[in-house]
Amino acid sequence: MDTGIEQVKENPIKEITTYTDSRDILAKARQQADERNFDDIFIADIDSHHTETESWREIIAYIDDPVVRAQAEEMVLHRSGTPPYGLNGDLALRYQDVGGRIPHQAARSEKVDESEIKKVGHRDIVLAKRAYEAMSIDIQVVFPTPMLFLGMHPQFDMEAILGKAYNRWQVENILKKDPKQKTMMFLPFNDPESALETIEEFGDAPGCVGFMVTSVRYKAVHHNHYMKVYRALEERGLPLGFHAGYYWQDPFMMQINRFGSMHALSFVWCNVVHMTNWIMNGLPERFPGLPVVWIESGLAWVSWLMQRLDHTYLMRSSEAPLLKKLPSEYMKEMFYTCQPLETDHIKATELTFEMINAKTQLLYASDWPHFDFDTPSVIWDLPFLDEESKLNILGRNAQRLFDFSK
Amino acid sequence: MADLYVGKTEEFGDRDRKIIAQGTLEIGVFHVDGEFYAYENNCVHQGGPACQGKIINRVEEVIHETEKTAHGLKFSETDVHIVCPWHGYEYNVRDGRHPGNKNIRLRPFKVEIKDGEVYVVV
Ligand code: FES
Repeated sequence: MDTGIEQVKENPIKEITTYTDSRDILAKARQQADERNFDDIFIADIDSHHTETESWREIIAYIDDPVVRAQAEEMVLHRSGTPPYGLNGDLALRYQDVGGRIPHQAARSEKVDESEIKKVGHRDIVLAKRAYEAMSIDIQVVFPTPMLFLGMHPQFDMEAILGKAYNRWQVENILKKDPKQKTMMFLPFNDPESALETIEEFGDAPGCVGFMVTSVRYKAVHHNHYMKVYRALEERGLPLGFHAGYYWQDPFMMQINRFGSMHALSFVWCNVVHMTNWIMNGLPERFPGLPVVWIESGLAWVSWLMQRLDHTYLMRSSEAPLLKKLPSEYMKEMFYTCQPLETDHIKATELTFEMINAKTQLLYASDWPHFDFDTPSVIWDLPFLDEESKLNILGRNAQRLFDFSK
Repeated sequence: MADLYVGKTEEFGDRDRKIIAQGTLEIGVFHVDGEFYAYENNCVHQGGPACQGKIINRVEEVIHETEKTAHGLKFSETDVHIVCPWHGYEYNVRDGRHPGNKNIRLRPFKVEIKDGEVYVVV
């Protein structure tokens, strides 16, 4: 008998929490991927994150300096109530999850069976795999999280000590075991000698598709002592990425009272400064074969800075004598990751895509598991893109730029 | 038009919910302060599972009426929000609307209570 009452199923997950399985958090991303046939196309995610503090006990075992290593191990084993040894995370880290409203940003405390770990080799691979498979991502470039602040560490050598330990741990425990995960290796940029050593040690490591400078630092990228670093990368054909971050203790940012306001500005400001120095000091002319990737500042800043720099340069070309064309022309030859993509003013988004030549220069990035992550549908659903541009941005541009066979 | 059976009213505690599904259509049914509300579990932002997020009162800023000075934050005594767990868009549980843009709204469904049973009209 037709009662007019249809049977329904109940989803047992009423509320997503820090204990929810990544596959359940991302169930709708999986649905989006199925609806758009993402499994049939190549998707490369050029910026996702690993929460290295969860494996810190393992990572510190790779520290070279025996005294620092002993201190780190002693602290992990016997001291409570302090953040992981050596890290100088910004105080703003405690606000990222909006007071518990965005659980996957706060923690991923989901259940992982020993059998799953055994199968793939590491708990962090299980977590990454759950997420990248849900989003139909074929290749994922992974970066650490609180280590993005190491450029501001008061102990000058700590960036290199921890950076190298992390790189070694990542190669042995992640990159060698999961061919879908790659990285642009952490470059201890405050110390050019260590940066050079890092390129020599890891340039040929499995899964190393480039090197990454954490943009939060007070170091001028045009300083002469970095030229040998750029040359080493250019010679090896390895792209250089500037991964943005925030720094609330920056004197200007200290006027801001809310995390979101600070985040909106600071995540862009670091790359605005580095890009300006990069262009006006003619680094694209000095290293024409070095591809540069600007990571995690969104895109709106690029069209703004293009206008600012072109306007200034035309009046004051004597201050930038190495330039043979407009700043914006150099900028549209560089690469950008899209996340967090600003889409609330869609005409501005479209114009920005045009100005940066997104069809060949833009790279999809998820930033999973952070609070402002973007699924691949964010690119796919843009109303102004043709199909070829979508395929390029989601994977083909990255395929041309990086050697994913490593 | 069809009625989807959700459950008995007594199965819902205060600030409780159920997420029901028929095919690919998922609906969050909320019980807040004695009333029932239902919305599609599909966030306006990027299609995230908005109805599976935190239920929390709206945050308000305390401003002195005449001096316009700020005196901290407090939770609203009346407005209750559902927060999308993907990126934090907040929606008022009573009308499904975002506090800063009334056009950003979860798709609402009518809820009917018949003989102590909860139905959603789709
Ligand atoms: S999908 Fe809901 S806030 Fe982004």
